Amino acid sequence: MSDTTIDPPLTAESATTAAHDSGHGQSGVGHQATTGISNTKLAMWLFLGSECLLFGGLISTYMLYRNRQGDAIGPDQLWDIPFTSATSFVLLMSSLTMVLAVSAAKRREERNTRLWLTVTALLGGLFLAGQVYEFTVFYREGLGYTTSLFSSSFYTLTGFHGVHVAVGIIMLMSLVGMLAKGRIVGDKAETVEMIGLYWHFVDVVWIVIFTLVYLIPA
Amino acid sequence: MAIIERPIDTPALARVGGGLVTPTTSYGYFRRPVQSTGWRSWAFTVDHKKIGIMYGAVAMIFFFVGGFEALLIRLQLAQPDGTILSADKYNQMFTMHATTMVFLFVMPMAAAFANYMIPLQIGARDVAFPRLNALSLWTFVFGGIFINSSWFLGGAADGGWFMYAPNSSVPFSPTNGVDFWTLGLLMTGVASQVGAVNLIVTALNMRAPGMTLMRMPIFTWMALVVQFLLLFAIPIITVALFLLLFQRNFDATFFSVADGADPLLWQHLFWLFGHPEVYILVLPSFGIVSEVLPTFSRKPLFGYPFVVFSGAAIGLVGFGVWAHHMFASGLGPISVAVFSVSTMAIAVPTGVKIINWTLTMWGGKLWFSTAMLFAIGLIVQFTLGGLSGVTHAVAPSDTQQTDTYYIVAHFHYVIFGGAVLGLFSGMYYWWPKVFGRMLNETWGRWNFWLMIIGMNLTFGPMHIIGLQGQPRRMYRWTENRAGEGFFNLGFWNLVSSIGALVLGIGALLFLVNIWVSRKNPPAPADPWDARSLEWITTNPPKEHNFDRTPTVHSLDEFFHRKYEDVGEDGLHDYKQVRTGEQIIAEEEAHADAHIHMPSPSYWPMILSFGILVICYGVIYSNLIIAVGAAIIVLALFGWALEPPTADDSEFDPPADGGQPSKELAHV
Repeated sequence: MSDTTIDPPLTAESATTAAHDSGHGQSGVGHQATTGISNTKLAMWLFLGSECLLFGGLISTYMLYRNRQGDAIGPDQLWDIPFTSATSFVLLMSSLTMVLAVSAAKRREERNTRLWLTVTALLGGLFLAGQVYEFTVFYREGLGYTTSLFSSSFYTLTGFHGVHVAVGIIMLMSLVGMLAKGRIVGDKAETVEMIGLYWHFVDVVWIVIFTLVYLIPA
Repeated sequence: MAIIERPIDTPALARVGGGLVTPTTSYGYFRRPVQSTGWRSWAFTVDHKKIGIMYGAVAMIFFFVGGFEALLIRLQLAQPDGTILSADKYNQMFTMHATTMVFLFVMPMAAAFANYMIPLQIGARDVAFPRLNALSLWTFVFGGIFINSSWFLGGAADGGWFMYAPNSSVPFSPTNGVDFWTLGLLMTGVASQVGAVNLIVTALNMRAPGMTLMRMPIFTWMALVVQFLLLFAIPIITVALFLLLFQRNFDATFFSVADGADPLLWQHLFWLFGHPEVYILVLPSFGIVSEVLPTFSRKPLFGYPFVVFSGAAIGLVGFGVWAHHMFASGLGPISVAVFSVSTMAIAVPTGVKIINWTLTMWGGKLWFSTAMLFAIGLIVQFTLGGLSGVTHAVAPSDTQQTDTYYIVAHFHYVIFGGAVLGLFSGMYYWWPKVFGRMLNETWGRWNFWLMIIGMNLTFGPMHIIGLQGQPRRMYRWTENRAGEGFFNLGFWNLVSSIGALVLGIGALLFLVNIWVSRKNPPAPADPWDARSLEWITTNPPKEHNFDRTPTVHSLDEFFHRKYEDVGEDGLHDYKQVRTGEQIIAEEEAHADAHIHMPSPSYWPMILSFGILVICYGVIYSNLIIAVGAAIIVLALFGWALEPPTADDSEFDPPADGGQPSKELAHV
């Protein structure tokens, strides 16, 4: 195979033109993406792939310890399914508004983009508020972080998810601010899409957590 | 690294710099660090080559730190009832020896090669995310410093590099050592994770025209597989480390048997990371020798697709063998049987590689340069380690060997004999590429032979010591249990310690060689008659790597540009038609216009520093955490608001008048 010589799919000229295009992507090196997916998008997908393993580890830990509360309070006495369903619904709706934001960004409707991004952040904030409220209730009912293996692994798993949502909200709000000030470097629609990918991922993870932690009886 | 045709502080500037054009500053008071010389050009660089060199230099320092720790261990064990180290210090010593060698030497040294070589081998001008690359470097450097600072802050971690629960919990390890270890590994984990994303995108997305996946140089392929392993293994250890951190600092009970926990959870999480980690350590070296062996055998790599796919197979199967580290923990017969079989299965792609290397050399015109010697050393020593590895796959035998020196012998043969020899091979092979000078071959031979003799004297006897039942991690042994005759533990322990000294001297000779070779004449453009793309540029490469982005027509592009096939009737006979110098000159003559490189930045280092501050804060005070978090937020926003390339006006105006510009002058 090393002896064969095949004509390259791209010509030297196209590489030179690519070198001119230094503004694109994060790199600024000026290079056409070989795979056709932009550098930032590929990087985001890879990052989310590794996040699957992070949540995989946390979920496994919870599944191992979910019934180990000894005499302390257990999941069946704690869960308020209607309430958590409502906050879950809020989070899922934020994915919808995120899609609307991406769609508006692709149509270059700056005002609508910022509007939908803000709504997404607000819905995310509502979900987080629900989580804080829920944690407070659980704590009052006697579920501290160190009460049992169940409580530690529950708070660790949902806490990590909550931090992910919080980071997402910070990114959304920063994005709104940077869009308003015109400080986004490169493709605006793609930047919105990147934050969107992260946001959808956090939502999908919540679906898994909600199903495994809340809906399946212990 | 921004390429500026005019150094910032040439005297000529004084004449012009009368405030005619003032550099706008992205940083308010500070100006963007656009210098191309001096320490700033290194500290704030985003050039993958400088970052690679710094990765390598820091890793080399840690190699000697870890080696020093190993020597103290062997000194302690040379005689019965050793008194050099207390039991407590001994525990810290073997923990830090392994941690340093694995996380602070082999991994970053492999990262150094990957950083430096991947863009050059695929014909790119830099990595996909140059600033993230700098972030990886500094987070690793600060993480290494952080872990090692524990020596001076109450004692280092003492639970072994695997840090098994419940030994890692506060009652059994009350100093802050384990916390330093945990947080330090989280930091180096961030570095690896960011680096993995960066290098995968680079290798997949930044290839030169014509560089299809199956024309990628084999080192880039193996490094790519390693980055995927890192991408999926690091988050698992991250979970384990967070659980341990919460157990030690927030009184959670994830690993406390007394509270009904399952300490095996740690073992599963750790080895689910830890076994892919083994391949993370060794695959870069496999890639390096797969470059070195064809070059010095004057033959193409035998079965390139097989080497590629067996590397990928090793990576894949590497995620399915972790429990063979846990045969003695009572997993039950089915698990043990499954993991026995999968462990034997992973020997197959590894064997494929060894056969490919051997057949690459078969019938070749062998040139025994130092790089080649190290590569052959890898084949021999790694095969020995692999054979003892297969004996671990046999669960009953493994149960006997668990926690004895036999295991220590095995993994040093694969990690030292595999990973480290390969890295040294790469060092000798690419030294002229990176630094523009050859290393001395005579000193190189001494370096090689002393290391080979040293490692066999050190780790060879450990097979005997281990089969005789001397446990690992015991801080001393007593004469009256040492046994008689050939199997006398005292004799073999002494041999092993002397071997360690020889090995240490052998490794030091590498530094001597660097010193001796520092004034060698500039290396020729193609000193080894090499084959792959990184040689189609000067030694050392220019800051923009290639004057013209190379167009790739075949695997071993450089070779096929130099040689033409004049064979008839299906036989191959290669005749040299051009020299490497001519090819490089031709590329220079057709240089691309308007080459722009990303500009240096303060933010990656500041962000890494913020992480470091937070880690000290976790141990000492919440106030410090707040300070660290503030630094991180500042750095994140500074980073996000900073354009990747500096504005033209941020550079000083040219001495001969005209507008300031960052554009590269034609060479």
